[in-house]
Amino acid sequence: MKWNWNAVGDFMPMFWHGLLVTLEALALGSLIAFALGLIWAMAQRSEHAAVRWPVVGVTEFIRNTPLLVQLFFLFYVLPEWGITLSALTTGVIGLGLHYSTYTAEVYRAGIDGVPVGQWEAATALSLPRTRTWSAVILPQAIRRVVPALGNYVVAMLKDTPMIFVIGVLEMLGEARQFASQTFQTIEPYTIVGIAFIVIAYPASLLLRALERRLVR
Amino acid sequence: MSEISWGLWELLLQGVWVTVQLTVFSAALAAVVAFVIGLARTHRLWIVRFLSGAYFEIFRGTSALILMFWIFFVLPIGFGWQLVPMWAAVLALGLSYGAYGSEVVRGAISAVSPAQREAGIALSFSPAQQLRKIILPQAWPEMVPPFNNLLIELLKGTALVSIMGVADIAFGASLVRNATGQSAPVYTIILVMYFVLAFLLTRGMRVVERHAKAGIGKAPEKRVGLRSRLSPDQVGDIARSGAAPAGGAGR
Repeated sequence: MKWNWNAVGDFMPMFWHGLLVTLEALALGSLIAFALGLIWAMAQRSEHAAVRWPVVGVTEFIRNTPLLVQLFFLFYVLPEWGITLSALTTGVIGLGLHYSTYTAEVYRAGIDGVPVGQWEAATALSLPRTRTWSAVILPQAIRRVVPALGNYVVAMLKDTPMIFVIGVLEMLGEARQFASQTFQTIEPYTIVGIAFIVIAYPASLLLRALERRLVR
Repeated sequence: MSEISWGLWELLLQGVWVTVQLTVFSAALAAVVAFVIGLARTHRLWIVRFLSGAYFEIFRGTSALILMFWIFFVLPIGFGWQLVPMWAAVLALGLSYGAYGSEVVRGAISAVSPAQREAGIALSFSPAQQLRKIILPQAWPEMVPPFNNLLIELLKGTALVSIMGVADIAFGASLVRNATGQSAPVYTIILVMYFVLAFLLTRGMRVVERHAKAGIGKAPEKRVGLRSRLSPDQVGDIARSGAAPAGGAGR
């Protein structure tokens, strides 16, 4: 195995750019996943079966099918329907949508973990429905699911390379481009692999610490 | 809408067969890795624990897709090991999902009451006998539900091999898309195919779970199935194992 440090030096500018795109996709994807997941979780508790059924069906479907295929679907099918988005936007939507079905389960567990007495107290105080959610249930529910949500951010980080298939130049996309231009394959792929470990490992240590603080 | 001819359907069905093969082989490799690493992480010697822990953190830390690229493009050039694409894919998937599985094995083993191990020592069972006759039979039923989730993740992960040119369902879909010039029908069809496969896997694992629970005289727990989730009264059904992070940091 011949390790070429010059190739490493040549790759670094592309790598930093790719890292930035990866983190951007991760941040935006997480925001969508957090927001949409909460909507799914609350909709799954709706009194109306007409709301509950489709939401449960759609989230189960999205969770049980590959993100890669969903990305292709969004990338190729949305333009056919007249919606044209940039590759990065499509990738962010795909990541966010896919992971929202996981965060929905996390929120659901958190909401179920709020004691029934809290719901009853809210009813006894005749709080309106919106206020019950925003002031009583969600503050208690979200606090204990923060570490679990963080776990999904780390999981999403590891799925961000997939968005290179629709042409986003994140870390893997840059590595692939560099490899095809210079025929140096060893260095870029190894650097990107190490970069993922370097980001994911401290993040998971941080989350474990957070879990000890927040849960119980 | 659909102009998918019989020949193209055949392409997709061949893809299903490749995906099934990939899932089975990768799951077998992942199971071996999960048990070896998971057991090593509960070993007496710190060096064994350290090395297996390092494996876990490295393979869980990196992305399965990156690992696949590494095995496809770096191993042949760097080390001169050229693998058949199918087996390279199985290796990548098996090694990374095995790392996730090792956490399941480790967790289930450490959840077995210490008194059980002590009873084994009191009866002068050898460590191997303790493991085989006392620990594993009790830990196994606990492993099945999280293994089911991992299996679904693995099934979804197999779609990555299409990037490498292995002719699985997703690869077949790109060919069909090129042939018909339409994306919506074929991608809808294959999403449904993956969903059906995932559903069948879940059903199969329920059977395994029932057997495992019956083996230690436990009735299967009432599962939180799709139907019960559709009823509004869900108070108390906390975090079914379906919510456990497969790709996330271990708990």
